[in-house]
Amino acid sequence: MSALTLYASDVVALARKDLRLELRARDTLPAMLLFVLSTLVVFHFALPTGTADDAAYGLLWIALIFTALLGLARAWAPEREGGALDGLVLAPCDRSAIWLGKTLAVLVFLTAAELVALPAFALFFAPVDLVAVAGVVLASIGICAVGSLLAAMAAASRGREVILPLLFLPLAIPLIVGGVGAGISPEGATYLTFLGLYDLVFAILAWATFEYVITE
Amino acid sequence: MSSRNNLPLLAFATTAVLGIAVVLALLVAPEDVDQGVSQRIFYFHVPIALTAYLCFGLGAWKALRLLWVGGERRDFESYTWIHQGTIFGALTLITGSIWAKASWGVWWSWGSNQLVLFLVLFLFYCAYFMLRFSVDEGARRERICAVYALFGVALIPVSFFAIRLASDFIHPTVFTREGPQMTGTMFGSFLVCWVGITLLAYVMYRIELVGKRTDANLRELREALS
Repeated sequence: MSALTLYASDVVALARKDLRLELRARDTLPAMLLFVLSTLVVFHFALPTGTADDAAYGLLWIALIFTALLGLARAWAPEREGGALDGLVLAPCDRSAIWLGKTLAVLVFLTAAELVALPAFALFFAPVDLVAVAGVVLASIGICAVGSLLAAMAAASRGREVILPLLFLPLAIPLIVGGVGAGISPEGATYLTFLGLYDLVFAILAWATFEYVITE
Repeated sequence: MSSRNNLPLLAFATTAVLGIAVVLALLVAPEDVDQGVSQRIFYFHVPIALTAYLCFGLGAWKALRLLWVGGERRDFESYTWIHQGTIFGALTLITGSIWAKASWGVWWSWGSNQLVLFLVLFLFYCAYFMLRFSVDEGARRERICAVYALFGVALIPVSFFAIRLASDFIHPTVFTREGPQMTGTMFGSFLVCWVGITLLAYVMYRIELVGKRTDANLRELREALS
């Protein structure tokens, strides 16, 4: 087996472990689904009647970001509670594979939440076009790539639940700009390119630095 | 350490340069035709902003060196640069806000991309302190903080573009600050101010570094004694 396939199989094994844990315990995903739906309902009451669709579109992004935060806050909980992090670090695989596996797992959860959120948003508020969906996909990659690293940082700190949003929100601002822009601007392609660049820059950075965050 | 001895001299030189800078900015430089006296805050606002960038950049550079070659010293240096950067970032927000009030009549304008960028960075680096103080001291904290500092320098250009893009749909009309070109005296005064503020940041960095080290040594000593 070449080094690349070996790396890929490590990543898949790690991501599958998280998905299997979720299937058995159902700790995170139902909460994310319910949360995103409840937020959308809350937004109906928060938006005055007659507000433009653009405003609703901005709120969709708030819902998505906070739903992602909900999932990210629990991303490293199984490892921490089971004391499995040391074992993972000692495992004969590249440490960045741990990050990539976690990113993929969180991405699956977030995608599932978005599969509920986007149709619900289209039903309740405003139609969602293809460019907007592409924006959501690209931003989700960035959210998970950055978020899983920051969640690992927050997991090492004392105030986990409090710290993560503080670390994450300033980094999420460009994603929100890109996502909202892709949805409401006539030049959606510019925003999609920007989101792609963000993903590239921060995925490489997170991939390269994750090892330092995880090792004692 | 011989480098510690030059600190009082450096501090004195900085005070002198800053004194000259104040005189140049307030008295010597010609009044801006367009904005009048309020334009003079430019001589402090812009150098402070540039210095904040420099501090964040140096903080990230020290962080990179820490990850590369290690050493507790670099953790302190990175932390202290970021500390200075946050101070100068806050000053940028304050001076920018005053300038906005003077020339646009509002304390805050989302149309000023630079100010918005500094607000984002300010929030980001405030979270750095939250992170730092909630992780137990040790090699892992050094590395976690270093990684976060590196994310900061990546965030600066990314946010810069993001805010540019956002102003297209949030604020279709952007305030312009274009006046006549700077004259030679204006540019000279600006340069002196810039040098003065940069020196000030460096002196503050050196003093703060000594303070932080003493603090850490004291804590170590106390732990060893108890």
